[in-house]
Amino acid sequence: MMHDLRTEGLHLGYDGHAVVHGVDLVVPDGEVTVVVGANASGKSTLLRGLARLLKPLDGTVLLDGEDLHRAPSRKVAQVLGLLPQEPVAPDGIAVGDLVGRGRYPHQGWFRRWSPQDDVVVHRAMERTSTLDLAERPVAELSGGQRQRVWIAMALAQDPDVLLLDEPTTFLDLAHQVDVLDLLSELNREHGTTVVMVLHELNLAARYADHLVVMAEGRVVTTGPPAQVLTEEIVASAFGLSAQVVPDPVYGSPMVVPVGRLPVPDGAVPPPGPVV
Amino acid sequence: MTSNAVRPLRARGSRRPRGVLLVLTALLLVVIAASLVVGPYPMSLGDLAATLVGHGDAGSTFVVWDLRVPRLALGIVAGAALALSGGLYQALLRNPLASPDIIGITGGASVAAVYAIVVLGASGAVLSGFAFAGAVVAALAVYALAWRDGISGYRFALIGIAVAFVASGVLSYLMTRGNLDAVQDAVVWLAGSIGNVSWQTVGVTAVLVAVLLPFVVAFAPRLRVLQLGDDLASGLGVRPERVRVTLLVVGAGLAAVATAAAGPIAFIAFMSAPIARRLVRDGSLALTATALTGVLIVLAGDFVGQNLFGAVQVPVGVVTGAVGAPYLLWQLATTNSRGKGA
Repeated sequence: MMHDLRTEGLHLGYDGHAVVHGVDLVVPDGEVTVVVGANASGKSTLLRGLARLLKPLDGTVLLDGEDLHRAPSRKVAQVLGLLPQEPVAPDGIAVGDLVGRGRYPHQGWFRRWSPQDDVVVHRAMERTSTLDLAERPVAELSGGQRQRVWIAMALAQDPDVLLLDEPTTFLDLAHQVDVLDLLSELNREHGTTVVMVLHELNLAARYADHLVVMAEGRVVTTGPPAQVLTEEIVASAFGLSAQVVPDPVYGSPMVVPVGRLPVPDGAVPPPGPVV
Repeated sequence: MTSNAVRPLRARGSRRPRGVLLVLTALLLVVIAASLVVGPYPMSLGDLAATLVGHGDAGSTFVVWDLRVPRLALGIVAGAALALSGGLYQALLRNPLASPDIIGITGGASVAAVYAIVVLGASGAVLSGFAFAGAVVAALAVYALAWRDGISGYRFALIGIAVAFVASGVLSYLMTRGNLDAVQDAVVWLAGSIGNVSWQTVGVTAVLVAVLLPFVVAFAPRLRVLQLGDDLASGLGVRPERVRVTLLVVGAGLAAVATAAAGPIAFIAFMSAPIARRLVRDGSLALTATALTGVLIVLAGDFVGQNLFGAVQVPVGVVTGAVGAPYLLWQLATTNSRGKGA
């Protein structure tokens, strides 16, 4: 299903204090969009706005032309899924039960659990390789397994657009790659539009079709990572002196930060801009 | 696509809760039977059976139908209502301390009820109405004071405890102002008792609980989603504040209705849900098991108060208070060490 998610002149903030200033963003349908930016650049706030967790101070978020904050929330939830940074697993809950709760937006006042729900939950767990964990209490899982379970829950919601706020935080590198592979497969095999906030620039550049760079509450630039992630942008948006070289395996731009650590004799001196 | 791996899981998953419900129901039946035959006017099971089907002598009929059955009926309705209100609050606020009897809501009901007794000389439906209004006002006050861009269970609990202290202060003031007879009525009411109850009180209480229960049933799926955190719940199409306000009012109503009829029976709201959830142990709300646990504690506590202190009959609230206070201490001591206070 094609969906059009965009923001128009979006201002977001907390307690009337603006954090995101006038963002016009179009989320490309069927692609992986990754939002990057320094701490406090407003990237997580923007995602919260897209997920209608924050009411705009000004401007709108439009889903298929309709104001997200006016649309019936259950109907929106059938299209737009969200995995927040710190979801809560109730004490003692088993994996299967947790994943099943993702079916909520498809159930009504009278229609509760249906065979269709079983099918979708099964498929979500299969796709995330969590089927054999089904009976285990969530609390007993490792961080990587737990994140897979939460993604399974988001898939059980069966959204066409999936928003994720730093889905790789707290994971070691192997599990970060595992989670991003999973999301990338989901995008390629099922056409799910993925929008996520990531901290790690090199993984962001590798997995994104579309990169959104934010600084000080504004979108600095958007586009394919190869065009967007330049040494100048890294310097201006992150305040980081760096060399950007092609990733030796995937060819995506790879940021090699250059700090105050002295460059050893014989090494190539950094041509990147000095901030 | 088959779903064979998931369906048996769901079936297996429900086995333990079902077992818990069966055991609780069986225990409940034993306590009910014991409460009907044991007492200052003991009777055999045969006499009881005869009386229940309408063939008892006048004495037995009076004792069973006008004393013991209404007592049990109120214990069942009030126990279930208090337990559910506690379970709702603890789940909504994600804090085991945030039950209506700890955070001033039954306190609000008590203030209003004692005002009605002492100042207005009220009883019956008027008394119940006051208790209900008092509980709702206290609940809204705590909600309004705890609100800061949403609700944190921790702040809600702390503010509620403060409101409970205010309520107990006002109660003391009212008690010093009233005439002795009215104050004596109020003291009896405040102990929390299901004895000396009319069928009319039982009926009114049951009807009010029956009005509130459908809200609990209808909102339980939303509450299950809300257990996953506000952000995720919003993502799933639940409006957290709307669900919270609705269920906080329903929970306050349940606590108020039960308190209006039976007085503030100590700690039922606070203890029942954690015990039930520990028994069921599947991360669910365990609302049915919670209600059964509440009823069981009230009826067993009442049986103990009636029969185990010799000639003295102790109100159920005194017994549950004696059991609940150590439990509260234990809960306070372990809540923050497990990092679940916030």
